[in-house]
Amino acid sequence: MNFRIISALVMRYLFLYARSPMRLVELAFWPVVDLVVWGNVTVFIQKNTNPEFGSYVLFFLGGMILWDIMFRAQQGVAISFLEDVWTRNLLNIFVAPVRSSEYISATFIVGMLRILITAVVLSFISWFGYAFNVFQLSWWLIPFFLNLMLFGWSLGMISTALILRWGLAAESLAWAIPFFFQPVVAVFYNVADMPAWSRPIAWCFPPTYIFEGMRSVMKSGTMNWDYLGYAAGLNVLYLSLAGWLFVWVLNLTRKRGLLTKFATQ
Amino acid sequence: MSVPPDTREVILEAIDLTREFDGVKALDCFSFKLHRGEVLGLLGANGAGKTTAMNCLLGLTLPTSGELNAFGMPLQANRIKILQRANFSSAYTALPGNLLVWQNLLVFARIYGVPNPKKKIAELMELLEISHLNKSVTGQLSAGESTRVNLVKAFLNDPELLMLDEPTASLDPDIADKVRKVVRKVQRERNVAILYTSHNMRDIEEVCDRVIFLHKGKIVCEGTPSDIVAQSSSDNLEDVFIKIARDGELLDEPKKVSAV
Repeated sequence: MNFRIISALVMRYLFLYARSPMRLVELAFWPVVDLVVWGNVTVFIQKNTNPEFGSYVLFFLGGMILWDIMFRAQQGVAISFLEDVWTRNLLNIFVAPVRSSEYISATFIVGMLRILITAVVLSFISWFGYAFNVFQLSWWLIPFFLNLMLFGWSLGMISTALILRWGLAAESLAWAIPFFFQPVVAVFYNVADMPAWSRPIAWCFPPTYIFEGMRSVMKSGTMNWDYLGYAAGLNVLYLSLAGWLFVWVLNLTRKRGLLTKFATQ
Repeated sequence: MSVPPDTREVILEAIDLTREFDGVKALDCFSFKLHRGEVLGLLGANGAGKTTAMNCLLGLTLPTSGELNAFGMPLQANRIKILQRANFSSAYTALPGNLLVWQNLLVFARIYGVPNPKKKIAELMELLEISHLNKSVTGQLSAGESTRVNLVKAFLNDPELLMLDEPTASLDPDIADKVRKVVRKVQRERNVAILYTSHNMRDIEEVCDRVIFLHKGKIVCEGTPSDIVAQSSSDNLEDVFIKIARDGELLDEPKKVSAV
């Protein structure tokens, strides 16, 4: 991998964001809307129920913020790819000496930058608006953050591979794919409270361990180390599978001659 | 007429290149050599196989069978090394429209590892007479301006192999003339091998040393533009083009009009 090429590709995305304030607004708009809605619901429930139940609803805010980290990581990869499709720049990239790994790495970095911006905005609003300090998760925040980002990257690569294969008809998947997982990765509730048949499915995905871990840390201040180990191990597996899928689909589009059709459509 | 074989280094070579789409051969045993410092025109009607050939040569589409070598190396196995020494410009691709011209060019200069990129960009923009567009928004350029910005991108890494896909499409005669002159100037000064496609026969006659006419994926004839016209019953290259597009052949028997 050539870091000069990765930095050039990242520079291109930074130019794009700097030249388009609406893209920057979009980064924060929906997370802020979500946070305000959930924050108000939390305050409402806290005021109208007993204190113990009120403390539980804080899980909603924590879940929402961490979910958004994963979502933004996935978007960083998928939307960066779509930016090249929308601007008909994809051919220029694919006929330049850019390896798939360099291209994907650049989208990972953009994903990370998007997460940082979103996380700072959400942390600020949740603290000043709803007295929810995301840093109560202490140092656990770092492994939570990293694991969710890794899974977001995997989903981003899968989204990109599907768009490469099916063209812009599959564009909506760039937004939809993370939400296929939302019901089963226990973002807002315990795995134990899910229907029995769905629990084994939930444990197949790294975010489940992270959201369970978050609730455990918020409730008792303790974290199950095994959970972090499982999440990290599964992330390695999913990243490898997603990377393989992306390269396989890219080669398939070359074999079938779809790449140029797609890149100039 | 017999022309001695070209002894210059072979930069790009296709051997029996075949590409099928759903059983239809878009390229059928297509073979050619492009030498250092040569401009080779790839001609043919829509659907003749030019774009498929170009896409195979760029590594964007894999051939069904056949061999492709550039700089003496198999293309697929050495794609990155080869692309580092090559470049491409097409009327049908664009640089991101929402970036400024200098931003787009700087990104590609960094991708190609161009030393002192700002100086290089300024020199090339001056050569193409578009220095005043440096801070323009790429998406707001006219077709002529956009083509010349694409050419700056294509010249950034001083390529030894340049593939130009209809570089004068949709340009007015004045700008098309300027583009042709710059391509020729750069090619002569740097001894670049150029593969050139166009539907504009004026382009071809002015820019290309040699042309290949394709019809239904097969080579119908190849040679210098003047030799091809001389060997045909046509008055000019445009008539040759029309005859091949309609009849699929230049003469009664497909004939190589000059040895290469």
